[in-house]
Amino acid sequence: MNPREWLQRNTFHHSAFWDLKQLVAEKERQGLRISLCIPTLNEEKTIGKEVVLFRSELVSRYPLLDEIAVMDSGSTDRTREVAASFGADVYVAGDILPDMGTKQGKGENLWKAIYQLKGDIIVYVDADIKNIRPHFAYGLVGPLIQRPEVQYVKAFYDRPLVMSGGVRPSGGGRVTEILIRPLFSLFFPDLSAMIQPLSGEYAVRREVLERLSFPIGYGVETAHLIDVYRQRGLEAFGQTDLDRRVHRNQSTRDLGKMAFGILQTFLSRLQAAGLVTELPHLHSALRQFLARDNMYELIEHHIVEEERPPMITLPAYQERFGRRP
Amino acid sequence: MLLLLPPVEERIPARPLWTPPWADHRGKPFRLDEPSPTCYEEGDSEERLMKTLEEILAGLPRIRAAADGLRDMMLANLVMIGEIPAPTGGEQARVDFLLQRFTEDGLEHCSFDELHNGAGLLAGTEGQRNILLLAYADAAVSDDTDQTVEVETDRVVGPFVVDNSIALAALVTLPTLLDRLQVRLRSNVLFLAAARSLGRGNLEGLKFFLTNSRVPVHFGLCVEGVQLGRLNCACLGMLRGEIVCRLPDDYNWAQHGATGSIIPMNDVITRINRIAVPKRPYTSLVLGSIHGGISHYNIARQTTLGFEVRSEAADILHQVQQQMKDIVEEVSSQAGVVITADFFARREPGGLDPAHPLVRCGRSVLTQLGLQPMIYLTTSGMSALVDRKIPALTLGVTTGERLGRLDEFDEACAIEPMATGLAQLAGILLALDGGYADESA
Repeated sequence: MNPREWLQRNTFHHSAFWDLKQLVAEKERQGLRISLCIPTLNEEKTIGKEVVLFRSELVSRYPLLDEIAVMDSGSTDRTREVAASFGADVYVAGDILPDMGTKQGKGENLWKAIYQLKGDIIVYVDADIKNIRPHFAYGLVGPLIQRPEVQYVKAFYDRPLVMSGGVRPSGGGRVTEILIRPLFSLFFPDLSAMIQPLSGEYAVRREVLERLSFPIGYGVETAHLIDVYRQRGLEAFGQTDLDRRVHRNQSTRDLGKMAFGILQTFLSRLQAAGLVTELPHLHSALRQFLARDNMYELIEHHIVEEERPPMITLPAYQERFGRRP
Repeated sequence: MLLLLPPVEERIPARPLWTPPWADHRGKPFRLDEPSPTCYEEGDSEERLMKTLEEILAGLPRIRAAADGLRDMMLANLVMIGEIPAPTGGEQARVDFLLQRFTEDGLEHCSFDELHNGAGLLAGTEGQRNILLLAYADAAVSDDTDQTVEVETDRVVGPFVVDNSIALAALVTLPTLLDRLQVRLRSNVLFLAAARSLGRGNLEGLKFFLTNSRVPVHFGLCVEGVQLGRLNCACLGMLRGEIVCRLPDDYNWAQHGATGSIIPMNDVITRINRIAVPKRPYTSLVLGSIHGGISHYNIARQTTLGFEVRSEAADILHQVQQQMKDIVEEVSSQAGVVITADFFARREPGGLDPAHPLVRCGRSVLTQLGLQPMIYLTTSGMSALVDRKIPALTLGVTTGERLGRLDEFDEACAIEPMATGLAQLAGILLALDGGYADESA
């Protein structure tokens, strides 16, 4: 399937799945279980609303979701308390698979969710979405229920960013447009058909997730796209327009760190795919600058994109889910 | 590369959930006397839960427990309603959502009228009594304001969540509560989200609805966000308007000391402030807003003052109105500017005696729920019902407050009392349905 065909066939709008009664009936006919995972780190402002909305609309009113789990990285605010008070199953990532140790990063939460949650489909939704709506989940799950050949569905948006004092439209996705899209265009041109490859919302079938290795930091989305593409081709993907996502804006400095981590992951994938053979030793320090009293201060961030192995390779997982590599 | 999506209107299909009632009723007045396909029939197995007022009161703890089980639904409705902009006259998107909820909740004839009032009918088994349950749909906030609502463990915070999103959330959650309780009422209950209520709207939507309704409304319950425990049975008279000071076309801009429109408006304000407002009958005069000018240096061409007068006595309202007119004329003639007063909203005082059976029922229900009934005069939408001699109450859903921030938009309402607020509405509906609020009761 070429990118143009893929765009036509596998790009959806969430409104195509508005008939939740039908969607739930089809889910039940297929005997699917669906888990929602919300990775968190200090999200007390928004987590309550997300849990309440998903529970009310997609558990009580239309039983599309079988569990709502908050996978926390060790928040120091009231994130876990707020989420639990509204009925979410709350986990601390470090408590899951303790023999594997604890690593800090969103990818770690996503990876451990595969072990902890029961669903045949896991839908990941970030916790910092200010305009959360039920379609953030059903718009991603819908293609997986209605199209058996689709394995992995990413979200894309028109993204206004919340600035001081109000909302204004913005292109958003700066790392995508400046880093990822050029890299994909160079090395994996099919993947440049993804409108927002770095969006934090996606739904994936368990049999796909369990065979992916997980960078624990910024590179998890990029790694997934490349690995699934190499294993299953472009046709395994879908993407759904969720209209708008209002979230906190990130500073350019933060995006720099993000780009640094993603680039590490990307280069390792290039090497694994045999697209480059002799990468030099890659340094792990990102240098940024602060101007203070007519002096420039050098700030070094050490960013190492560690990876977790595919969950299917863990005996504990095989035993828990009765699966074999 | 082209994104090969169909046009928006094709991508977002009209929802069948909404379409049938709209297709049949778009723009038509509501007909409560039309036969209903799902109306209760003899032989149906629904349990009539309560018969005497004492039984209704005794059942309130059970109703509150059921309402407590709907906390998430209430909060989800509050968030989704509160985040849909609904400036006065632009309520369509919010009303569309409310109608979707009404339809999902099994109400019939869910539809909107020319002013975008949204209504749905919970058909009674007998339909001899028609009860109007209403909340106003608009909010005094513009489309471009960030209307994000935050849910905390014990409260919800956001622009106008108190006034009036939480009341609308109660309105769309109540049918589910009645359904969970397996209550089938004999009376028809009409759920109404009334448009164009605030400011210059002046209850236009509700008045339009009442004027065009083909069946009599026997009772009205106005739902307001706060405060839980209020039991308003009578209305204050109200006079709302604007005074506008404009520079005339031949204004001499070059004259040294030209003051523009602000100084004369200041004179108007000073004189209004001298109006003697009596404490008995209770009367208040609030200067609520002022706008004028464009910068620090430029002379202001126009200044607008918004005000509201409230009083228990119609003749005092009339007197104050006359005094304000006199002030405007006097200052206008002295200052060489054009000053006009526009009294665009007026409501007459009136309502029920606290001994009316409806008020007694309300008091019993609130007391049984552990609330201290607060009976005071209000300026809520109830006045449109009072004008038509329809017995009505105004009730609050929860406790809350406007936060002391400069933008004056953010409000907070408590989560825990919401179940009691919902139970109160259900309890009073049951009492009305049982005939305990009838004049003969």
